[in-house]
Amino acid sequence: MSADGAVDRGADQVGDPGAGPADEPTLHGVPVTTSCGQEVLHPSRDGYRGLVEELRSQGYWVAVDLCGVDLLGTSGRRGLPASVEPERFEVVVNLLDHRQRRRTRLRVQVPESDPVVDSLFDVHPGLEASERETHDLLGIAFRGHPDLSRILLPDDWVGHPLRKDEDIGRIPVQFKLGADQAARS
Amino acid sequence: MSQTIDPTTVGTQDAAVDLAALDAARERLATDDAVLRMSATEAEERSGYQPPTDEGMGERMIMNMGPQHPSTHGVLRLVLELDGEEITRSRPVIGYLHTGMEKTGEQLTYLQGPTNVTRMDYAAPLFNELVFSMATEELLGIEVPERAQWIRTLMCEVNRISSHMLFMATNGMDLGAVSMMLYGWREREELLRFLEAVTGLRMNHNYIRPGGVAADLPDGWAEHLDSILDVLPERLEEFDTLMTGQPIWRERLQGVGVITAEEALSLAATGPLLRSTGYAWDLRRDMPYLCYDQLDFDVVVGSYGDSFDRYSIRLAEIRESIRIVRQCMDKMPPGDYRIQDKKVTPPPRARIDESMEALIHHFKIFTEGFKVPEGEVYVAVENPRGELGCYLVSDGSSHPVRMHIRAPSFVNLQTLPHLMKDSLIADTVAIVSSVDPIMGDVDR
Repeated sequence: MSADGAVDRGADQVGDPGAGPADEPTLHGVPVTTSCGQEVLHPSRDGYRGLVEELRSQGYWVAVDLCGVDLLGTSGRRGLPASVEPERFEVVVNLLDHRQRRRTRLRVQVPESDPVVDSLFDVHPGLEASERETHDLLGIAFRGHPDLSRILLPDDWVGHPLRKDEDIGRIPVQFKLGADQAARS
Repeated sequence: MSQTIDPTTVGTQDAAVDLAALDAARERLATDDAVLRMSATEAEERSGYQPPTDEGMGERMIMNMGPQHPSTHGVLRLVLELDGEEITRSRPVIGYLHTGMEKTGEQLTYLQGPTNVTRMDYAAPLFNELVFSMATEELLGIEVPERAQWIRTLMCEVNRISSHMLFMATNGMDLGAVSMMLYGWREREELLRFLEAVTGLRMNHNYIRPGGVAADLPDGWAEHLDSILDVLPERLEEFDTLMTGQPIWRERLQGVGVITAEEALSLAATGPLLRSTGYAWDLRRDMPYLCYDQLDFDVVVGSYGDSFDRYSIRLAEIRESIRIVRQCMDKMPPGDYRIQDKKVTPPPRARIDESMEALIHHFKIFTEGFKVPEGEVYVAVENPRGELGCYLVSDGSSHPVRMHIRAPSFVNLQTLPHLMKDSLIADTVAIVSSVDPIMGDVDR
């Protein structure tokens, strides 16, 4: 990795091998992996906001997308580097560098017991709606967000439907109900 | 910085965007006090007259526009704070069309996925199918055959024209050019007839699927498309006569809803909304997918970032898309329309009659679906409204763990309060219309 942030894009030599623990490749000071040929950074919850700010000054001007993922019930390492502990939730941010036409992605692990991360609203105002959506559907709070209200669901809604342990509910369908009863009897 | 691409090709020609300008724009967005921070429920209760406050704010009126309003393109609700005729602050309230499609996507197999996502942006359904299929293919690590790539390019561009025709129709209607609605609808209907001939459905096609497309182009498709493309240019001339040069039309749109390139970038706006500021960014040219790197077309940009530019860009993009479709017709290669990979492709219909294994194979693919290797991927395409992205997380089963769609309408809607700041209430309709949100895409 050169000082100005330009990196060698080879799949095997991403970043600076040897700098992280256990010879893990790092980029911008955080562990980096590739998924389907795409660069993925794994910052900690504390370093996440600072990293986005730094990346913005290096050309990643546009925060294209932010979303949350609930990984309850999935096992394994999920492609995470060895030094990153898997948690139930992930906040995923996609950044875009227009000048060099490249993308990068940040995956932040968010524990179930304390689903809070820093808001990126000050860095990228365009993420306001995405953070509200993630809060609404997954119940992840964003510290410092100016208006963390529900966006897609009604204000008085209870629960966060994209969570895996949320009951999906069902509308009774006439013929299906008949089939169920027939099966039971 | 080691620039691999000439920086003059990105951004505005005269004043290239830099970090300082972006910082200034971010500061401006944070301090312009354009967004009304009020919950939807509170806005409902407090609607009407607002007495002057102790902090020195004068008399205001809070008005709820929509969700049932003909010019909000469905069920968009705008909470407007008015000072007389002027909008001081505003806030879009969305969610009236939310049907939990991302959650539904987790219950469906990868093969069923396109039937779900196609209903999001219902004016440009093929792009939704495309982005989902491309993301699945990335995870699978497969490459679809060349002909399928070209068919996808062709169909998407036809869909782009039909989507922009819908914009032309509704934009005209919103601004009082009611005859435009009929013309736009007429042209769109002809294009939908072509889409129907190929896919079987006018909308919600489920045509582009992981591994290729559902069926090859039917006999006589080129003649059918030719007959449409032959008349379109002169129809576009009529649009020009009816609207572009009209003083009333210009008065209604020019200088209305202005945004700068830096503001648009800070708000992550994409598509015609970003290009109207003069900032040339189009994924088709800048990060090519499908066959766009083998096609010759121009990225149309505006210069003032106002509603008129956004209208003109879409009109010009129809012409560019016609160019692209013509090239696709000339270059359409022979070959397979879907990948011949037994893992994702069901056996041909004729084989099912003669082979028990083929029948089992077919049954398995359509009931259990195919397994997709563990991983996560983000894929983006340029849809008529901007960057449409799909983030897929797979745990190795036949259903995605997470299927997130980055909807351009949803993100672009955030610019509305800034576009409407200090404008007249009569311009609201012109501004909303020029952003062209599709509520199915916004609410998902």
